[in-house]
Amino acid sequence: MTNVLLQYATVFVLSVFVGIEIISKVPSILHTPLMSGSNAIHGVILVGSMLILGAANTNAEEVLGFLAVILATLNVVGGFVVTDRMLEMFKPRTPRAKPGDKAEASDGAKGADS
Amino acid sequence: MSRGTLIDLLYLVAALTFILALKGLGSPKRARLGNVVAAAGMLLAIVATFFNRVDGHSLHHVPLILLGMAVGLVVAVPTARFVQMTAMPQLVAIFNGVGGGAACLVSLTEFIHIKSTKPATYVVLEVLLGVLIGTVSFSGSAIAFAKLQELMTGRPITYAGQQVINALVGLAALAVIVIALVTSSTALLWVLLAVAFVLGIAFVLPIGGADVPVLISLLNSFTGLAVAASGFTLGSNLLIVAGTLVGASGTLLTMLMSKAMGRSLPNILFSAFGSVVTAGTGPGAEQRTVRSGSPEDVAVMLGFASRVVFIPGYGLAVAQAQNVLRELAEILEKKGVEVFYAIHPVAGRMPGHMNVLLAEANVPYDDLIEMDEANSELESADVAIVVGANDTVNPAAVNDPGSPIYGMPIIHADAAENVIFMKRSMRPGFAGIDNELLYSPKTTLVFGDAKDTLTKIVAAVKAS
Repeated sequence: MTNVLLQYATVFVLSVFVGIEIISKVPSILHTPLMSGSNAIHGVILVGSMLILGAANTNAEEVLGFLAVILATLNVVGGFVVTDRMLEMFKPRTPRAKPGDKAEASDGAKGADS
Repeated sequence: MSRGTLIDLLYLVAALTFILALKGLGSPKRARLGNVVAAAGMLLAIVATFFNRVDGHSLHHVPLILLGMAVGLVVAVPTARFVQMTAMPQLVAIFNGVGGGAACLVSLTEFIHIKSTKPATYVVLEVLLGVLIGTVSFSGSAIAFAKLQELMTGRPITYAGQQVINALVGLAALAVIVIALVTSSTALLWVLLAVAFVLGIAFVLPIGGADVPVLISLLNSFTGLAVAASGFTLGSNLLIVAGTLVGASGTLLTMLMSKAMGRSLPNILFSAFGSVVTAGTGPGAEQRTVRSGSPEDVAVMLGFASRVVFIPGYGLAVAQAQNVLRELAEILEKKGVEVFYAIHPVAGRMPGHMNVLLAEANVPYDDLIEMDEANSELESADVAIVVGANDTVNPAAVNDPGSPIYGMPIIHADAAENVIFMKRSMRPGFAGIDNELLYSPKTTLVFGDAKDTLTKIVAAVKAS
């Protein structure tokens, strides 16, 4: 095992823990945007696609690299646009109490028995 | 600072924005900003890459790269912008699939590029894993897309000896990897590509109905891992960090989703859920008596209520009735009725999908309450209105150990004083199981299109 590989492995292992730590705090109402948002983030493969096409020496590499750039662009652009479209629709109610106080607040405002 | 160091530093900034974006998704207030931050980080990384050097020279084929990007943009933006919100799951599936395809191509091409230099065994292993995982994600997502888009049946597809055949395909993939490592044969890479393609299809075929979203979440994490594998091959920390973040988060999300359905992940992936059950609920069930009512009856009932709970399901979105539902809620609130929406974690076709669909209809998210809170509120509710939901309120999940959904947490609509069930027909829900709640003496069924019914109820409530 080389030092370089060990360095990548370290980054990998730490990223696993960061990923789990961050995600475990996402409320279920945001699970769909989360799936879509993380979908956009793995679109970073576009950077890899650019590098392989930029290094291509043969026709085979050029064709495969070109395809990779197209697919990766679809992934990254589509992912971010869809996620934004979803999130722009999440709107809070105009000024009101915290969700936790909801029952008391609306009881007080409207009268519980109608 | 050398150019290489600067670019690496920019990559580090990009990786940081991805982490911050995922963190931002933890709150509805910061989520959108988080997504924009990640997009900015991505743009930064892409621009920086144009100035990067490979094999000691600056990037070749820059016009070709730009052309590829332009093609991608032209296709992706309108698709992402104009597809219906109800079609969100298949859209995520297809964008995920192309990401997996790209990761596979990157690993493949890099291998072609470096094979003459006799790469170390671990490099070959990275390539093989990238090709395997990326391709499975690609072909699997394509089938999941076809299922959700109803290009093929959404039900599980099963045949005799399926699990044995799938296991054999899986073993074949492993065998090809081992042989390729030992012999360093390039030709085997193409064999692996073919086997992985078949594996992705075979793996997804027996998964159907409500399980497809769980599958997409899993395939999302696969693509993440494939990207991380190409990151190892290319020696890119950015790809490793971003891919691994998605791999880890996708796996966790998949487990959360399975948990919300009261089932284990292996059970979802390998049991061809629902295929037998559909056949079981035959005509016998439909002969039982139900109580049905008119929209006007519902309006009268609502007139006496002081606390109403809406329990929306995917059928609401199919009928495009979210706006009418919100209108009804607003009218009731004006009359002093307390209204809220009880959201099951898997309502809709993906976790949180219902929240998106209601947000689209301008329902404020403070009015949406999650399952546990909803269940404690329902006991004091006068009316529970079930619109287009079925499995998520099915008491069989609690009462009937023989039911396939036994153990799935549900919203206890039956705890409310009265239950109103809006349905198009007596057909069972997404999971294909009959619902005992339909026959309860508490329940009033209102047949018809949810949008029509709700519009009539709104008119009747306004008139009263």
